Amino acid sequence: MIAAHLPAIQVLGPLLAAALCVLVPWKRVSWGIAMAGAVTAFGAAVGLLSRVLGGEDIRYALGGWAAPWGIEYRVDAVNGLVLLIVAGIGVVVTLFALTSVEREVDERRIPLFYGAWMLCLCGLLGIAITGDAFNIFVFLEISSLGTYALIAMGSDRRALVSAFRYLIMGSIGASFIVIGIGLLYVETGTLNLADLAERLPALYGERTVLVAFAFLTVGTSLKLALFPLHVWLPDAYAFAPSAVTGLIAATSTKVAVYVLLRFFFTVFGVTYSFGELSLGMWLLPLALVAIFTMSLVAIFQRNIKRMLAYSSVAQIGYIILGISFASVTGLTAATLHLFNHALMKGALFLALGCVMYRVGSVHIDALRGLGRRMPWTMAAFTAGGLSLIGVPLTVGFVSKWYLVLGALEQGMWPVAALVLVTSTLAVVYIWRVVEAVYFGEPSARADSVSEAPLRLLVPTWALIAANLYFGIDASLTTNVAGQAARALLGGAP
Amino acid sequence: MNPGELALLALVIPAVGAVLVGLLRSSPNLREAASLTTGGVLLGVVMQIHRAVAAGETPRFVLAEPLPGIPLELVVEPLGMIFALVAGSLWIVTTLYAIGYMRGHHEKNQTRFYIFFALAISCTMGVAFAGNLFTLFIFYEALTLSTFPLVTHAGTDAAKRAGRVYLGILLSTSIGFQLLAIIWTYLLTGTIDFEMGGILEGRAGAGVVAVLLALYVFGIGKAALMPFHRWLPAAMVAPTPVSALLHAVAVVKAGVFSILKVTIYVFGIDFLTQLGASVWLMWVAAATIILASLVAFRKDNLKARLAYSTISQLSYVVLGAMLANTMGIIGGGMHIVMHAFGKITLFFCAGAVMVAAHKTEISDMKGLGRTMPVTFAAFFVGTLSIIGLPPAGGTWSKWFLGLGALDAGQVGLVAVLMVSSLLSIGYLMIVPVRAFFSPAAPNPHGHGNGGIHEAPLPSLIAIVITSLCCFALFAYPDPFFRLISMVAGP
Repeated sequence: MIAAHLPAIQVLGPLLAAALCVLVPWKRVSWGIAMAGAVTAFGAAVGLLSRVLGGEDIRYALGGWAAPWGIEYRVDAVNGLVLLIVAGIGVVVTLFALTSVEREVDERRIPLFYGAWMLCLCGLLGIAITGDAFNIFVFLEISSLGTYALIAMGSDRRALVSAFRYLIMGSIGASFIVIGIGLLYVETGTLNLADLAERLPALYGERTVLVAFAFLTVGTSLKLALFPLHVWLPDAYAFAPSAVTGLIAATSTKVAVYVLLRFFFTVFGVTYSFGELSLGMWLLPLALVAIFTMSLVAIFQRNIKRMLAYSSVAQIGYIILGISFASVTGLTAATLHLFNHALMKGALFLALGCVMYRVGSVHIDALRGLGRRMPWTMAAFTAGGLSLIGVPLTVGFVSKWYLVLGALEQGMWPVAALVLVTSTLAVVYIWRVVEAVYFGEPSARADSVSEAPLRLLVPTWALIAANLYFGIDASLTTNVAGQAARALLGGAP
Repeated sequence: MNPGELALLALVIPAVGAVLVGLLRSSPNLREAASLTTGGVLLGVVMQIHRAVAAGETPRFVLAEPLPGIPLELVVEPLGMIFALVAGSLWIVTTLYAIGYMRGHHEKNQTRFYIFFALAISCTMGVAFAGNLFTLFIFYEALTLSTFPLVTHAGTDAAKRAGRVYLGILLSTSIGFQLLAIIWTYLLTGTIDFEMGGILEGRAGAGVVAVLLALYVFGIGKAALMPFHRWLPAAMVAPTPVSALLHAVAVVKAGVFSILKVTIYVFGIDFLTQLGASVWLMWVAAATIILASLVAFRKDNLKARLAYSTISQLSYVVLGAMLANTMGIIGGGMHIVMHAFGKITLFFCAGAVMVAAHKTEISDMKGLGRTMPVTFAAFFVGTLSIIGLPPAGGTWSKWFLGLGALDAGQVGLVAVLMVSSLLSIGYLMIVPVRAFFSPAAPNPHGHGNGGIHEAPLPSLIAIVITSLCCFALFAYPDPFFRLISMVAGP
């Protein structure tokens, strides 16, 4: 009975929790409710993915209204994996939030914080699960509104400005997306993604379809921070509360990438996007420029959260690069990196959250000499950094392996070489921090701190463990990613 | 326990040793005893594996399978056995030496030092027993990372700078070239296993093979082929036992060993000879041999001179591999052994002078031979082996390399080998000669030998052991010769 309604529970769990969080005045209780919401969503995601991997194609008519009139939820390997990423990270980061948020967010606002937190999670899950174009827009707005509020609650006053900037940029992106969806509706008379995929091939020559495609591409690229539409991201990540940065860095850009994949491959179809419009030719250079310049910019950042934010833009470049190949290996690499990057960036931002909790700053000078004071936190940061670089036996290596394989398959060996060479830029920016942490003379403030509490270390190390586990045994992730890649290239979900 | 499990044990023992050292940090004597014991146990295990390999077995052990079809696997073949024997036997000697050195030199953080030292040996064993390119790459990188804290042990600004150069060159060449070559190989052949006779024949054209070979040879930066050699002199800021074991034996030999292994098992020597893809790389190696010797002449700091001498000597092995014929491979394989024992002796002596007389510059060592006779006699023996003069082991490897060069029809390379031997007489032999025969510099304190005497006893024992080994290898090179002949073809 419950199993049949898992798709609804996936979204309704966090949504209900969001409402309840705001109603209770006690911060611990509202955290408990949020945790319950996150765990429910995680359980649902695990259940759905295991059914998908069992070969089932899940279709669920919301409220019993049959598609195409009602909203349909559909789950295949692609969004099954995205749901798992979002919900899994959601649980870990919510666990982390309990202690971290009490330190960084005004006490009276904490129930509101968890309300926004759950809305954000609900929106992200909703985008991933729905099979309806307009519904994607609705959930996108829900998650974005939640995120704006969450970022604005950062303790640094610049958080307000960066939240506002994200609001403007995000709204532009969302308007582009809704215009694109509107044009598609005008042209085809349907909003259901599967129906769109069926009707569009007959209309490939239409200019309206082309314009819709353009609006959707630009709008989504803004949300996923594709270079050069990334300018909102570094400040938003840098000034948000630590837990929030962990959540959005690991999930929200990933979900936007998923939307891009859905539209490019499922709705418009690979023959249109990559054959007729040769999208690969546009994405490839953008991805390479993103990887190269953003890694370089990261090297010169002194606020480490900001450094990792620029690194995120570069890492998104890797994902887009995989997509631009439009091959099974390329898409496998992109999907894998979607998952793997969530793990590594989640872990790194949580480790910085531990530093923020004890030291109150993540400036590189504040980190000097912390290796002795906070050995576990710093070991976690180093391990996460190694994963980001792509050292073997971490998840980063698995992504790089498939990405390079994909590039060589296309005969693009300079691209393959560039992917590997840019990893050494990651070595530079990670190593700068490691050197400061282990060799630097501690500042007066850093000298007196002690290790972060266990309630922060456990979630951080859970993510590090996942980084290592899926690096040593990647059979599960590569299997799901491969299945997702074939589903995307196969056309309709 | 079957030999495959023993191979795993060879990786686990030093790691356990590292944990023991950490636990016993409060009692230096127990801690050092733990280090020595693990060294002894490891040597025993390696000997045991050797018995199986010499009998023609190929022990295997699969650790995990990170990517489908790409296992993390240990396979012991003769070449790896040679490397493991060298590293295993020299580790225990170096530990003995380190005890005297670290205490005599009053180094800080000794526990950390011994922990990472043991971990580095564990990684070295992993390199030696790597069963495929992927496993080799993993342990190669792990070796770089585990030796980083040793290189930067002093924690000074100079050490940090050197550490950056070390990591920068080793990581960027391995990720940028070597990994690319590995993935490319996988794409071409569908496998990353080492197979006798190579895996590329019939699957790649001459052009691709030439590019791949260059990617491997330069991508294995630990072989210090010019122009990617700068990390080795930089690493000399490390304490001398590190320079001795890691930068004369484990790390650099991991590099040239990997090149030999790739040449034999990925390309196949017949395939390479047939294509002639390696000829220009022979000359790169020859140029490195000569240029590094010339640079060594200009270094007055003894460790820096030894570092450039190492760069020059490593290229002998690279040259042997690039000759891609039976004699070349035998010469290269033998040189891994001979150079290891010779060079570690020289580094031990350099450290002994540093600890006992606080001297690092060669020009300050005049007349020191009279107060430290054992040390400088050992230096003389090590020098003989490096130059390749009887009765030291280095004779054999030079002999076979010369034969290999003739077989390949490269008379010019024979000349290079000759010139290089002459050069090494010039820059190495001069050190003990001056120490024994030049008059001592006037002592600023004005009395006797200024309180200088031989290095601490454990270090002195280690020095004597390795220099005796140099002779022993001349008289009895047979076990190594037999192993390398198993892979070098008819």
